Amino acid sequence: MKNEYEPVIGLETHVELYTNTKMFCGCRLSFGEEKNIYTCPVCLGHPGSLPVINKKAIEYAAKIALALNCKIRKYTIFHRKNYFYPDMPKNYQISQYDLPLGVGGYLDIDIGSYIRRVGITRVHMEEDTGKLLHKGITGRISESEASIVDFNRAGTPLIEVVTEPDIRSPEEAKEYMIVLRNLILFLDVSDCSMEEGSLRCDANVSVRKTGEDKIGTKTEIKNLNSFKFLQKGLEYEVKRQIKVLEAGGGIIQQTRHYDSKTGTTKVLRSKEEAHDYRYFPEPDLVPIYIEDKMIEDIRKTIPELPSAKAKRFEKQYGLPKYDSSFLANNKSLADYFEQCCRHYNNAKNIAKWIMGDFSALLNKEKMTIKDSRVTPENLCKMLEIIDKGKINYKIAKSVFEEMFSTGKNPQKIIEDRGLEQISDEGLLEAVIEEVIKDNPGPVKQFKEGKDKAIGFLIGRVMAKTKGKANPGMVNEIIIKKLS
Amino acid sequence: MKRISKDDVKHVAELAELKFGEKDIEKITSQLDRILDHVANINSVNTEGIQPTSHILDIKNVFREDMVEESVTQEFALKNAPDEANDGFKVPKID
Repeated sequence: MKNEYEPVIGLETHVELYTNTKMFCGCRLSFGEEKNIYTCPVCLGHPGSLPVINKKAIEYAAKIALALNCKIRKYTIFHRKNYFYPDMPKNYQISQYDLPLGVGGYLDIDIGSYIRRVGITRVHMEEDTGKLLHKGITGRISESEASIVDFNRAGTPLIEVVTEPDIRSPEEAKEYMIVLRNLILFLDVSDCSMEEGSLRCDANVSVRKTGEDKIGTKTEIKNLNSFKFLQKGLEYEVKRQIKVLEAGGGIIQQTRHYDSKTGTTKVLRSKEEAHDYRYFPEPDLVPIYIEDKMIEDIRKTIPELPSAKAKRFEKQYGLPKYDSSFLANNKSLADYFEQCCRHYNNAKNIAKWIMGDFSALLNKEKMTIKDSRVTPENLCKMLEIIDKGKINYKIAKSVFEEMFSTGKNPQKIIEDRGLEQISDEGLLEAVIEEVIKDNPGPVKQFKEGKDKAIGFLIGRVMAKTKGKANPGMVNEIIIKKLS
Repeated sequence: MKRISKDDVKHVAELAELKFGEKDIEKITSQLDRILDHVANINSVNTEGIQPTSHILDIKNVFREDMVEESVTQEFALKNAPDEANDGFKVPKID
């Protein structure tokens, strides 16, 4: 990327809420079942049917808006967004227009060397559309003979979070999405699965000469459905725009589609008839007045959020910044960590195990800590056993692996396998005498001042005791005996 | 009074995916103009001190609880489909 240009990026994120039922009717939400089994006259748009707002969806949406530091509008209404596309049976989508639920918020993104504050223009509510499956050999729209519509998803409560054009690089865009997703996961209102499409992102991007205030002509990029694609797609588009401008051309306002196979963006449609959805107030729904009490009640349901949690971990447990954010950014890790802290008082030690060996095993088995068989109590018991010098780190690693696969108590594993560390001075001395007698070479080297030779001797003692010797004591005794 | 132009009508027709000949456009323009004139009568009402509203009824906050109700069967849902295939509503190819 040429340095004299800077990208100007705004993101629009759609989040499907996991309520029990749809936004305006009592149909269950679907999770990839048979087609068209969760529909009714309302979500099929039959004449005479009337939508009724799902109260839970309003609460969830307000929760997201509040967590994004938005102001909740006291008076909010729905609009009809009219368009021609068969993904909605009504030929319009019930959405919000000039009176959205939440306005004027922000989200702080920690990029490492600086914090980017991304303004949140609005948080609004709408209904998701049905799914179009393109019939034909290749599955591509352009080559299909017909489309098949599945209305199971039509009417699913959907939240749109729109940012200000405050994002200045594809990397910042990716970080914003990670932080936003994590925040919504903490709120427990959506499963935020980018793979399943419950979290989707479109980007508005333009470039301008660094230092200029005016924003250039933008393009909208669709199909950025993973963190990686979001970053790659934007990187490509920024480069493309710079190339066009450098060649003396102009950017055409258009919608482009990111193709993950080629890593490029291609024109989907031009916006000449730009976004005239002929919005008008939805006459089938009455206005919503949100009382202060309702806002306060919803605010109370917002748990401690990742950034606040990370700061508390640093302060309360004395963890380094990196460890605090690592744990605080994952709700189940954070909860597990704090449960452990109730049983054992060396928080740094707990963090070290959770972030180290424990996470490594979880990643290997593709599991989350919640599914793990190691209870916080048992992990803490193991840490106490290590502290008492009964087992060393190497043995502990093997004990932990067994705890991980069987869920057994560490004390029991140590007893059953006879793993307890040998800290008996007499016993260790006997083994060490033997090792000294059998290895005159290294002994001589050590006496001549080659300190490294002691490592070999300790290794021999460990081998003879099957790794159970207390390494600190072995070291001490050998030095004593040879000096 | 001219409240609407032929270009406005063409634009709105395009948005509504409707196609008209020149003669029809002219007719529709003058008809719509008269309709807008009629609606403009509302401007003569004194609305000072009256809150704007988006709904004709004086009610607010009509919600439902998040309780599952029975959906219709797939067979019923597809009964009104213009055409069907693979358990779905079959629609013409989209350009």
